[in-house]
Amino acid sequence: MTAPVPPGSLLTAQDLRKAYGPTTALDGAAFSIHPGEVVAVMGPSGSGKSTLLHCLAGIVTPDSGSITYDGRELTAMSDAERSALRRSEFGFVFQFGQLVPELTCVENVALPLRLNGTSRKEAERAALTWMERLEVDDVRKKRPGEVSGGQGQRVAVARSLVTGPRVLFADEPTGALDSLNGERVMELLTDAARSTNAAVVLVTHEARVAAYSDREVVVRDGKSRDMERVV
Amino acid sequence: MSTAKQWARDLTMGTRFAFAGGREGWIRALLTAVGVGLGVALLLLTTALPGALAERDRREEARLNYTFGEQIERADDTLMTADTDTEFDGRDVRGRLLEPEGDKAPLPPGLREFPAPGDMVVSPALRELLDSDGGELLRERLSYDIVGTIGEQGLIGSQELAYYAGAEGLAGRAGDGMVGRIDSFGNPDPVVEEMDPVLMLLVLVVFVVLLMPVAVFIAAAVRFGGERRDRRLAALRLVGSDGGMTRRIAAGEALAGALLGLVFGAGFFLAGREFAASVEVFHISVFPSYLNPSPLLALLVAVAVPGAAVLVTLLALRGVVIEPLGVVRTARPARRRLWWRLLLPLAGIGMLFPMLGQGRENGDFNQYLVTGGVICLLVGVTALLPWIVETVVARLGPGSVSWQLAVRRLQLSSGAAARMVNGIAVAVAGAIALQMLFAGVEGDYTEETGYDMSLAQMQVRVPEGSELAAATAKFEETKGVRKVYPLSEGYFGDRPWNKDPQRTAQLTIGDCATLREVAKLPSCADGDVFAVRGGEYDTDTPSLSRPGQKLYLEKSISDSSRENVVWTLPEGLKQADSVEDPTGTRRGGFLVTPAAVPADMAEAVTGQLYLSVDDSVPYADEYIRNTAAAVDPLAYPMTWNSVERSERYDSIRTGLFVGAAAVLALIGASLLVSQLEQLRERRKLLSALVAFGTRRRTLSLSVLWQTAIPIGLGLLLASVVGVALGTVLLKMTSTPVGVDWPSVLRMTGMGAGVVLAVTLLSLPPLLRMMRPDGLRTE
Amino acid sequence: MSIGHTLLGLLESGPRHGYDLKRAFDEKFGHDRPLHYGQVYSTMSRLLKNGLVEVDGIEAGGGPERKRYAITEAGITDVERWLATPEKPEPYLQSTLYTKVVLALLTSRDAADILDTQRSEHLRGMRILTDRKRKGDLADQLICDHALFHLEADLRWLELTAARLDKLRAAVTR
Repeated sequence: MTAPVPPGSLLTAQDLRKAYGPTTALDGAAFSIHPGEVVAVMGPSGSGKSTLLHCLAGIVTPDSGSITYDGRELTAMSDAERSALRRSEFGFVFQFGQLVPELTCVENVALPLRLNGTSRKEAERAALTWMERLEVDDVRKKRPGEVSGGQGQRVAVARSLVTGPRVLFADEPTGALDSLNGERVMELLTDAARSTNAAVVLVTHEARVAAYSDREVVVRDGKSRDMERVV
Repeated sequence: MSTAKQWARDLTMGTRFAFAGGREGWIRALLTAVGVGLGVALLLLTTALPGALAERDRREEARLNYTFGEQIERADDTLMTADTDTEFDGRDVRGRLLEPEGDKAPLPPGLREFPAPGDMVVSPALRELLDSDGGELLRERLSYDIVGTIGEQGLIGSQELAYYAGAEGLAGRAGDGMVGRIDSFGNPDPVVEEMDPVLMLLVLVVFVVLLMPVAVFIAAAVRFGGERRDRRLAALRLVGSDGGMTRRIAAGEALAGALLGLVFGAGFFLAGREFAASVEVFHISVFPSYLNPSPLLALLVAVAVPGAAVLVTLLALRGVVIEPLGVVRTARPARRRLWWRLLLPLAGIGMLFPMLGQGRENGDFNQYLVTGGVICLLVGVTALLPWIVETVVARLGPGSVSWQLAVRRLQLSSGAAARMVNGIAVAVAGAIALQMLFAGVEGDYTEETGYDMSLAQMQVRVPEGSELAAATAKFEETKGVRKVYPLSEGYFGDRPWNKDPQRTAQLTIGDCATLREVAKLPSCADGDVFAVRGGEYDTDTPSLSRPGQKLYLEKSISDSSRENVVWTLPEGLKQADSVEDPTGTRRGGFLVTPAAVPADMAEAVTGQLYLSVDDSVPYADEYIRNTAAAVDPLAYPMTWNSVERSERYDSIRTGLFVGAAAVLALIGASLLVSQLEQLRERRKLLSALVAFGTRRRTLSLSVLWQTAIPIGLGLLLASVVGVALGTVLLKMTSTPVGVDWPSVLRMTGMGAGVVLAVTLLSLPPLLRMMRPDGLRTE
Repeated sequence: MSIGHTLLGLLESGPRHGYDLKRAFDEKFGHDRPLHYGQVYSTMSRLLKNGLVEVDGIEAGGGPERKRYAITEAGITDVERWLATPEKPEPYLQSTLYTKVVLALLTSRDAADILDTQRSEHLRGMRILTDRKRKGDLADQLICDHALFHLEADLRWLELTAARLDKLRAAVTR
């Protein structure tokens, strides 16, 4: 059942299985993504698409199966190694609840850099560059509670990109936004990712968001289906 | 009427909510109740304490064998008593010898019949002690047969050691101050004894210091689970309750916790009451029945605690707008102002200031001013702390990521942090002040005894009529006695004592070696007589030191058994200079060597044995007391001890330390609860932070900082206020001011320990919450 | 929508008379527009000519001629191919899609597969529109948005159908 790994893939997963107690979240899912590619992971609620993302990002260890990132086996890494990988190579955008409410926006964006040991000044300078790019530099001094949902999400995107990640994981990044704001966030996100040749794993149930991807993978009942390779 | 109904309905609904929240709700209600309950128990105990002490006093008065009044003639309703108190292993034993002189002789309280000579009736604690292995030496001393137990009425505490023994021939010893005749027990003319003002001050401060954190804690306890409650309140608004209703429902929830807390408190109190009977604090034990809170005060507690709970909740919700879609804290609260916060401590110092330097002699401390002043100072801590935390935290620069996370969090909600720490700060400030006061006062008392301990450490009075030489020999054979200095003492007057002598002089009889301990002798041989110069309170010796002067030996008024002893000063009187004797006094009068003492005088004087004790012999004191009891039950051994006081204070200080530790632990528990609640609120955020690779160490450290910064500030403020209060209190008692650094360190160290414990205990849930499960939205 | 493929699909479960076919069609798909018998007749003769069906037998009797049709191998392949080919995204395509899904369910094929393929096709269209929108001016954006919203509506219907496949299977194969 193991499909051949397409050459040039940055991140691939084979035959992933994961259960939370009696609930099977993944039941033999597979995935692969190239640098610079935007892949939408679609599927109904509860199909296991978020779990797939968590496994791919090394947040969750699958019960079985293999995940290879840049030639390294993720499932064989220690928690600390995976954390370090997430800090330096991956970026994350979630639906909500990801910005630290006490920190200002620019501090939030600078946070991943600071976790990597960059000095505060330098980290905030880099953060500001990304905030300008995502058109939220005007709210840098405000706290997340004081900015609009769209601005907050763009701050989150800026934060996910500030470390120059090679893979960006976005879990329903526009879920809490109206369509205009959502599309703007998607445009900025995909533009930014393409300009840095970052791969984007985009979990969404919205077709208009998925339309920003290059192709989609459908997850249903824990099984994945790569639509491009089927057709 | 309808408003009252509305209130009642809303409060009831809130009460229901408090318990209807599933497991979570129960735990919260339980925590609140335990917190409030502990506070209530402490309050009840405090209200019961004055009553308990009064009851002790009443019983002590009722069993008094008062022999200092008018002389009573022997009759069939009279009783001879002798005080034979002793000490065993540092504990006082109350002893009385009884000899009824007729059928109607009064029975002391707690006794059903008089013990026959050679028998004794003992308190339960004494019986236990005598039966135990450790009581063997005492058993030897009190070699009477135990025939009964003293009833509770005759004792002032469950742990009191006391006995009544039957005796014979006491009437013949009536001249002795320890023996007397009574026809009833109890003080015929009870005096209301003024409490030592310093002690009074201590008690007041202890109460305030212990109760303040309890009040602060109760205030914090009713706010357990506040954030979760806010969300529920918002939901209530959504279904249509108005702002007032919501507030009342919230108050009802707090009320429920407080009411349950009252029940818990009553339970804790009853349990504590039983426990209290089995312990002895500061050499004082009580019976459970003593600890009955005055009904009025208990009622006050029962009304005030729930009332305060409602009030605190309403006050806490003042700055909060509960909207249907969530709780809005009124945007950026006004910057805290300093001036009124300074008013409180200043007012406190202002109240205490007039009493500075009053000392303990004339120290008439105004209770209201003292209490008010101490309360103001301590409440001032709770007022100042939020301002300090806000001001300091606002100026803290961002350092490492963990530090930044903590500082920013504190900047947003410094009030909440300060509130949690308030209790700790008040407790520590009060405890530091008290420790200082104790340390100062204790040093004071220790210095005052001033016995020269290098020569003799014990003194035994051998009553008149006993053979001093025989007694001396017995003590010399006693284990642990290095040397015995026997001295007989008496007083001369220039006329017979029933004719009011004008001039008096002291008489001291002893061998040359012993006399050298009390005066500087030019030379000494048996048969010499010296007149002493330079004695304290001695003015008459020079005028009496004329050879041929007739001197009349002192004789107590009641003692008609012997003739007047008259002594004529012999020729060849030598001069001696007084020196400080082992008791620390310079005696005057005449020093007489045994050969110069006529037989009638030797019989009429009281012997004193000064004993040099070998401390290396275990239980030396007890052996000596046993010998004394064997020589004569009325022999009265006294241990000179300059550290006795400090031992007593040590026990209070230990008690205070334990109390402060308990309060701190309590507050630590509430800190932990709110910490965990806050972590739960942020579960999603924590998961997100972990997702992008935040180290566990970073988050754990930020939790540590978040507790450590406000507590650190609180402890700093507490130290300053505590030292200030301690200084003021010491000044009030005219005691030299010294900061008791070890206790300051101990207290602040304990606070730091609480921080660490809270952090450590919140780590496992934190690590659990940092698992990616929190990211699952499906 | 293709009546020919639909009738072919219906034949997969067994040979039928032309009249039976009309009745089965009407019952499953023709709720608002029943087939005329003539439509069935002309469609069947076209399929016959293309070799996708064959005449299984003729029943003589009163009334119209009663030919019994059966599907050929070529016919089955044709149905297969038709089901697997996503429809070009256009208005009112759901009636065709619905037919496909029901036919798949009737013939025990994977209906979810059809929906996935269709979603993919829709997304392809949406990607093109999105791309145009990103590069175009406001007018382009508005025009593309209109089309995108329509496609999105289709996709939503698709998702909904996918979520209800089990129910639908129970209803059509009852």
